[in-house]
Amino acid sequence: MIRHWFQSGKPWIWFTASAVSISLVLVFGLLVLIAVRGLGHFWPHQIYEFTYTDRTGATPVLIGEIHDEETVPAARLRDAGIAVEGEGLITRYLLKVGNRDVFGQDFRWVLEPKIADRRTPEEVVALERREWGNFYGFLQNVKQGDSVVAAGPEAWSALQPLLARATDLFAQIHHVEKSEIGSINYGLERLRLKQRRLELASVTDPAAYAELDRQRKALEEEYQALQGRLAELYGQINRDSMTLRVADGREITIPLAKVVRAYRPNAMTLLGKIGFYFSKVWEFLSDEPREANTEGGVFPAIFGTVSMVLIMSIMVVPFGVVAAVYLREYARQGPLTRLIRIAVNNLAGVPSIVYGVFGLGFFVYFLGGNIDQLFFPEALPAPTFGTPGLMWASLTLALLTLPVVIVATEEGLSRIPKAIREGSLALGATKAETLWRTVLPMASPAIMTGLILAIARAAGEVAPLMLVGVVKLAPTLPIDGDYPFVHLDRKFMHLGFHIYDVGFQSPNVEAARPLVYATALLLVVVIVVLNLAAIVIRNRLREKYRALEG
Amino acid sequence: MAKHGVAIGGISVIIAIVLIFFYLLLVVFPLFEPAEAEQVGQFDRPGGAGHTLHMAMEEQAEIGVRFSDDGRATFFETTTGQLVDDQALSLPSSTSITSFAIGEPLDARVGYGLSDGSAVVVRPVYKESYPNDVRVITPVITYPLGEEPLPIDEAGQALVKLAVQDGEEEATVVAVTADGRLLLTYFAKEADMFDEEAVSLERSQVEIPHDGGPVDFLLLDKDQRNLYLASANGSLIHYDVTDKEEPQLLQRLNVIDPETRRRLTSLTFLTGDISLLVGDSSGRIVQWFGVRDERGNKRLRAIRSFDEQQRPIRAIAPEYSRKGFLAADESGRVDIYHTTAERLLLSLQLSDHALSSLAIAPRANAMLAEDTSGRLHFWRIHNEHPEISWSSLWGKVWYESYDAPSYAWQSSSASNDFEPKLSLTPLLFGTIKAAFYAMLLAVPLAILGAVYTAYFMSPSLRSMVKPSIETMEALPTVILGFLAGLWLAPMIELYLPGIFSMLLIMPVGILLFAFLWNHAPRVVRHSVPDGWSAALLVPVVLLLGWLSMSLSMPLETAFFAGDMRHWLTHEMGIDFDQRNSIVVGLAMGFAVIPTIFSITEDAIFSVPKHLTFGSLALGATPWQTLTRVIILTASPGIFSAVMIGAGRAVGETMIVLMATGNTPVMDFSIFQGMRTLSANIAVEMPEAEVASTHYRVLFLAALVLFLFTFVFNTLAELVRQRLRRKYSSL
Repeated sequence: MIRHWFQSGKPWIWFTASAVSISLVLVFGLLVLIAVRGLGHFWPHQIYEFTYTDRTGATPVLIGEIHDEETVPAARLRDAGIAVEGEGLITRYLLKVGNRDVFGQDFRWVLEPKIADRRTPEEVVALERREWGNFYGFLQNVKQGDSVVAAGPEAWSALQPLLARATDLFAQIHHVEKSEIGSINYGLERLRLKQRRLELASVTDPAAYAELDRQRKALEEEYQALQGRLAELYGQINRDSMTLRVADGREITIPLAKVVRAYRPNAMTLLGKIGFYFSKVWEFLSDEPREANTEGGVFPAIFGTVSMVLIMSIMVVPFGVVAAVYLREYARQGPLTRLIRIAVNNLAGVPSIVYGVFGLGFFVYFLGGNIDQLFFPEALPAPTFGTPGLMWASLTLALLTLPVVIVATEEGLSRIPKAIREGSLALGATKAETLWRTVLPMASPAIMTGLILAIARAAGEVAPLMLVGVVKLAPTLPIDGDYPFVHLDRKFMHLGFHIYDVGFQSPNVEAARPLVYATALLLVVVIVVLNLAAIVIRNRLREKYRALEG
Repeated sequence: MAKHGVAIGGISVIIAIVLIFFYLLLVVFPLFEPAEAEQVGQFDRPGGAGHTLHMAMEEQAEIGVRFSDDGRATFFETTTGQLVDDQALSLPSSTSITSFAIGEPLDARVGYGLSDGSAVVVRPVYKESYPNDVRVITPVITYPLGEEPLPIDEAGQALVKLAVQDGEEEATVVAVTADGRLLLTYFAKEADMFDEEAVSLERSQVEIPHDGGPVDFLLLDKDQRNLYLASANGSLIHYDVTDKEEPQLLQRLNVIDPETRRRLTSLTFLTGDISLLVGDSSGRIVQWFGVRDERGNKRLRAIRSFDEQQRPIRAIAPEYSRKGFLAADESGRVDIYHTTAERLLLSLQLSDHALSSLAIAPRANAMLAEDTSGRLHFWRIHNEHPEISWSSLWGKVWYESYDAPSYAWQSSSASNDFEPKLSLTPLLFGTIKAAFYAMLLAVPLAILGAVYTAYFMSPSLRSMVKPSIETMEALPTVILGFLAGLWLAPMIELYLPGIFSMLLIMPVGILLFAFLWNHAPRVVRHSVPDGWSAALLVPVVLLLGWLSMSLSMPLETAFFAGDMRHWLTHEMGIDFDQRNSIVVGLAMGFAVIPTIFSITEDAIFSVPKHLTFGSLALGATPWQTLTRVIILTASPGIFSAVMIGAGRAVGETMIVLMATGNTPVMDFSIFQGMRTLSANIAVEMPEAEVASTHYRVLFLAALVLFLFTFVFNTLAELVRQRLRRKYSSL
């Protein structure tokens, strides 16, 4: 019976089916993994209080979130130098104990069998801080200046208005430092360059220099005023502080200026947790990164990615469409056009890092270097365009995605029925008019598809960008309120590079990992949505012309 | 008008595309150019009539110096020969110069051995000043070990051979006296507490036992540890003088085969003072350095030879910072070589007379040679990338201090003594290794999956499956790399036995399920429509996967004493990296599955339906139809899918960058990582200095990748076009 079954070939068909199943499991498993880890990051986790027996036999109390857990054979732990008894499997937890400034390290492995007691006290407080990571402890009192405002159970409610005040002050300080003083510094730098340009042009007219001096004075006065305001704000923000008791009983004083957020996850209702969740998601999308990118948001990376993709689109669409129109409508079809098509197709398969190398060599060093010599001699030897930046990154990616746009547009053009073109020509339109009024509008969904695919590819591409313009932390956004508003020469942040950098170059990978999952999820969502959009548009397009042909 | 506009636009886009290739080529090209040189000046020997002992140039090669045997140092302009300064060295009037030594070239120290058994160390210093914004170089003679001659031989015999090295903290002078004694004199420097300039010397001396044979060459390396004595008949003695009280004889050998009757005519160090360059009377130059033998002792060995020149080598001038050198011979010819690249870069006929002295500028961009008629020749040299040759890029190279020729990529080094090692072979090997393991996973899964999707799957399921797998093609590889490095790699390490047991459990389990399903009651079987078995198998696959993973720990405890990794390393002797080829294979395999799947599926799906129907009508089973008709017809399409997939795997950067340890090893082990061409570019390109050799070699790596994928893709495209024609004729 079995032999007969094998001879029928059915087992092999089942094998082929299983290949599809495995691929699907891999694909969706990956998406689910990223989604669960990425979304889970924002949820307020329970904070546990353990009484633990460590290897010296002491029984410290540990407070923290369970960050990870694994079940491993005892032998493996012994190989790693951890003394455990017996054979069999042992579960251990990676506990995020936080308080890096107090304990020295913010993660700790604990063995499940050594946990004597496990509690989830309601009054334990988690603090997100501007530096040194999370803090866990019990709130003792809240101080305004040197006087205690509230202590014991009332401290938590007394903390709220003071914390709101501190956060508000911090936002003001941030605005002054980042936007206003940044703007003045930028203005001063521009004045310095103007003066240098005058010197290079051998202008001797003292009036020109006097004008620059006058502007500089004005900016410096403004700067002094802001400095005064800053000092005042700092004085206010440093007024309040709170005292917390950490796991080992020590009392630590933390100024409110250092706190981003304080919450008591164990005391939160479900509704409270949901609210907290969305406020964290919003912070992630709209805020700047903190602590070497391991905390806070990814707004500059989103902004950088979007600006780069937009500038790339502006460049790639006209050129891609023109090339496709030339290949399809104007060039004589023959071996040459076939060769060009093969070349274009092949370019889509050239590794992206090769484009990066080309971009660095040709755009940055060759073109950029020459542009600097010609147009920005005043800034030399500091390069303006002769260094990786937004402009060259966009241009490199435009080149990289050019084949995508060309191929998609050509496909769209080839689907337009001949009758329509001939009809237009028969009515007396010139070839250019036919192209502009009839063919291109009809091909626009195809062009759209090409553009969307190009954007999806560009948004996810990292390797070439590492060479031509992304940085781990850009001090300024590439588009801001300072003339000339769009700064093509600036370096920028990028979601994909953010993942690489935080995941692999960060000093505290364990702490950064959840954020990387969240960033990855964001990127995947953007790209999957873009691709699905392209597929939908493509299908609609096909339907449309099927109707025309019929 | 519109027509021209479009044509110009279209053609310029295509030019831009071609530009990529040509720009890469343009940057790479200078690597393989031979050196160039042009004569700048030729003039009579400046200064007195004394014979030239040694010549050197300052950093910019604007001023040269000639040390002559009448005790003068003559500074002159290198382009014109015009005298800048001519100084008599302060030597005791009653003595004469009997020997001469050259120290480390960069420090520009030279030593004189005198007829009264004393020695003087001299160093020319070039002071720069800018009166009226014009750079003026003023040469000054200094005496780093004091102006007073150092007494070497207490017996007062003349020093007939001399070797000198003068370092920061110690100086060593080795001399052969007129009566054949070999004396090693060591000076420990002690800085004065109050005056940094003043240095007091503490002298100690030993006599090295020596058989009194002729010593024509005496060399001491700059670390003052190795001493070489050689005679013109080619016998060489190597002493270890690390211990200055007790020098040790290490080796006695012939660097020239005595039977050939050639003479040793020139002996010098290559920069770094690890290698000896031996020039002989037949014009041959051989590089020797110490290599560990079976017993672990360093022994001098002939590594490579240069047989270009025909006349006796009169002078060899090693470059200051690279492993290249110039050699001048009796016919007036100078050749420029590079040792590790085994390359003759340029051959120049300088003069009709024999050349007697040769000097190279510190930046290796000029040379100065003197011929026996007393004329000096000054040439500018353009020799940017001598270290690159076909053999140094792709072949095994025997680097200094290595025990055997090897493939090595090590693009930066701590000092000029060690050259950067730029062999692309380990990187290419890593690239192929990564692609191989990726294809090992991707090809079966993608092709089998495509076969089922195109041929057996119900259309409604297909319309969902195909886009979802194709969407994965657009998934950023940085995400795959991140998951591979931070999630998959620790996971695999933890569940290693599970991963391997899955290879067995998965097929067996699926077969078992298929068998059971086949014999299930009719009601159950018919509840799932035809062509949905892939959906049916999803829970089965999940279950089997879970089963393998949960078996992992018990298996590990039962067979590997609880730790497979430990077992691998200690019982099997296999090194285990956490970020290894399994991780790369899985992650990159995942990345190329959609590519191969999509193209294969298209190829199979577009096989004309009448072929299928014909085969089925003749009584073939669906499986027979598939294997004998459809796969055969679609095979070129499948081939092109595999090619394009391979092209993608070869060029993939982020996954390998993040999922491997990026060590350039030449080891095919599945438990080890690799460094690929693309990851190497991503890591090193931002730090490479523009237009340096390293920069150009990275461009070459990019060009190699470009060509690699271009060939793969073109092949695939041609095959696909043929296939398309074939279908249309069917």
